[in-house]
Amino acid sequence: MNLISLTSTGVSKEFNRRSIFRDISFSLKGGESLAITGRNGSGKSTLVKIICGLLSPTRGSVAYKVENRNIDVDAVKDYIGLVSPYLQMYDEFTGLENLEVLSRIRADRDVSREWIAETLTTVGLWERRNDFVRTYSSGMKQRLKYAFAMLHRPDVLVLDEPTANLDYEGIAMVEKCADRQRSTGVLIVATNDHEEATWCAQRVVLGDHTL
Amino acid sequence: MFGKNDMNAAKYGSIILITFVLIAGLAIPLSPSPQSWLEFPIIPGLEEKARNILYHVPVAWTTVVAFLVGTFYGFRYLKTKNFDDDIKSVSAAGLGFMFCLLATITGAIWAKFSWGSFWNWDPRETSIFVLLLIYGAYFALRSALETEEKRATLSAVYSIIAGITVPFFVFVMPRIMSGLHPGAKGDPDGAGPVVQFKMSPNMLVIFLLGLLGFTLFFIWLFNLRVRLARLEYQRSAHHS
Amino acid sequence: MSVTAIFALVRKDIHSELRTRYALNALVMFVVVAVATILFALRSDQPTSSVLAGLYWVVVFFTAMSGLSRTFVSEEERGTTMTLQLVATPSTVYFAKLIFNTALTFSLTIAVTALYMAVFSSTFVIQTMSTFLGTVILGSLGFASASTIIAAIVAKANTRATLYPVLSFPVLVVLLMTVMSATTKALDGEPFASALGDFQILIGYFLAMTAGSYLLFEYVWKE
Repeated sequence: MNLISLTSTGVSKEFNRRSIFRDISFSLKGGESLAITGRNGSGKSTLVKIICGLLSPTRGSVAYKVENRNIDVDAVKDYIGLVSPYLQMYDEFTGLENLEVLSRIRADRDVSREWIAETLTTVGLWERRNDFVRTYSSGMKQRLKYAFAMLHRPDVLVLDEPTANLDYEGIAMVEKCADRQRSTGVLIVATNDHEEATWCAQRVVLGDHTL
Repeated sequence: MFGKNDMNAAKYGSIILITFVLIAGLAIPLSPSPQSWLEFPIIPGLEEKARNILYHVPVAWTTVVAFLVGTFYGFRYLKTKNFDDDIKSVSAAGLGFMFCLLATITGAIWAKFSWGSFWNWDPRETSIFVLLLIYGAYFALRSALETEEKRATLSAVYSIIAGITVPFFVFVMPRIMSGLHPGAKGDPDGAGPVVQFKMSPNMLVIFLLGLLGFTLFFIWLFNLRVRLARLEYQRSAHHS
Repeated sequence: MSVTAIFALVRKDIHSELRTRYALNALVMFVVVAVATILFALRSDQPTSSVLAGLYWVVVFFTAMSGLSRTFVSEEERGTTMTLQLVATPSTVYFAKLIFNTALTFSLTIAVTALYMAVFSSTFVIQTMSTFLGTVILGSLGFASASTIIAAIVAKANTRATLYPVLSFPVLVVLLMTVMSATTKALDGEPFASALGDFQILIGYFLAMTAGSYLLFEYVWKE
């Protein structure tokens, strides 16, 4: 785990000149965690995308530093693992193939077959690893997303709706994941659920934007 | 952008110039050996049809200018993300489309009188038609995009991509393919994108005045459209 | 951006295509239907070489229009765009999709060539093979180059299927006219040197389009 820090300064986003949120500022480094809460449609997923470098803010910026060096937005994704309802795996490949292919495209270092196997076991998909994702239930797809997110041992783990579609065991897996991430890296959780929000020390509330 | 006095100058200037060119172009008679200023020479092969040069070429010229202006502001938008640049880009494109239609029509009229049929698919004719298609595609793309940001970004990218092909079909194709237009491969006067018309000084003056007139006309209309679009833009902001 | 990453993505696309066959099936059906329609229209008439050259590229163009946009549209439709954005830089995605589209277009031209040689066996006779090969290779490159960026644009819009040919055609006109001219020369048996002007245009077109698309791709791909 690298010494990572991320700082959001005055991040605002508008679509069609309608403001989604304004002036979101926070600062996180290794060992810290942030919960993003708000009603449906308050822009949690949008903020998540901005944090992951997938969307540009209308104003403000998110700056990443790894060991005190500034990191370019394009390189940020190498340090981030994301679980999101908007992210899908490839249906026509198996769970195992998805991880192998995506890891190869990202040119991960230190991702061996053993590590992939271990990750799949952690998320509880080892038995179904050779089945096409097309055949997975929504809960299994969610578990696969966790495998994908954690595969490259990210310094920042971002979870948008962490326990969506998950059963009791799945939720336990996620909680363990979150625990581990909090101790060594940065954890960011976007959720409606009060329980999940308590996993994190800091909080950002996205609210009404009728200003 | 331009001050009120400049716009008045452009407005009246263009009206005066275009009216003058319209009248002069049609009224001045041709004669075999022009003596006075009020006579045009007879260009072999063109004769009366040469008058069309005074209208068709400036209009075609203006549509290319409009396209360049539109693409330029599109490019600026990509850098600045300022919607005003997008407004300018669309306004220029709308005008360019109109001038392109005019150029196609005046071109077809000339073609009918010069070569017998309204359309022949020679390189220049094809070029103006392709430009028309580019404009159509540009507006089709814009109407298929909902977010203002996406609409501005993607249409700017498209106009630049389309712009890259423009030098190809303007400069290269007439050389490779023979055509009817002056300046194509089979032209005895030599192939080239800009044609040396054998114009007498008085014709040249009127031609250049026409060029200037239409350019001013474009500037004036562009200014109007941008101001109108800006007002609509501000009004829609207050309602959302 | 690394070459391994690019080829890993190309391989992913090829594997995906081989498994689902979405694009391949559509393309094959389209080619067969298009050529059959042309046959019915011509009946026993034997077209001239320039008409044949034109028809050849017409079939290639429309078939490409029904298939090439899939590289981006399928990612968008299945929600894997975000996944790709997280594993690959924009340049990696651009070159990978470009390579895939070039391969697809090239295979398409081979298929149409084979079909034409079978169906129009007396008239579709390639006399100058070098010209024909050069045209097909450079044509595929140019085709893919223009189509890829436009596919990326269209994937972000609403009326994708109809918008794709509408946007592509004006941009591809130069390419189409040039390859038709060169193909006619190949069918007529004119020497390779006579097509050099055409090849210059094709190479220039490909380079200009690729450079432009590469620089602009990021604006299309990232939000």
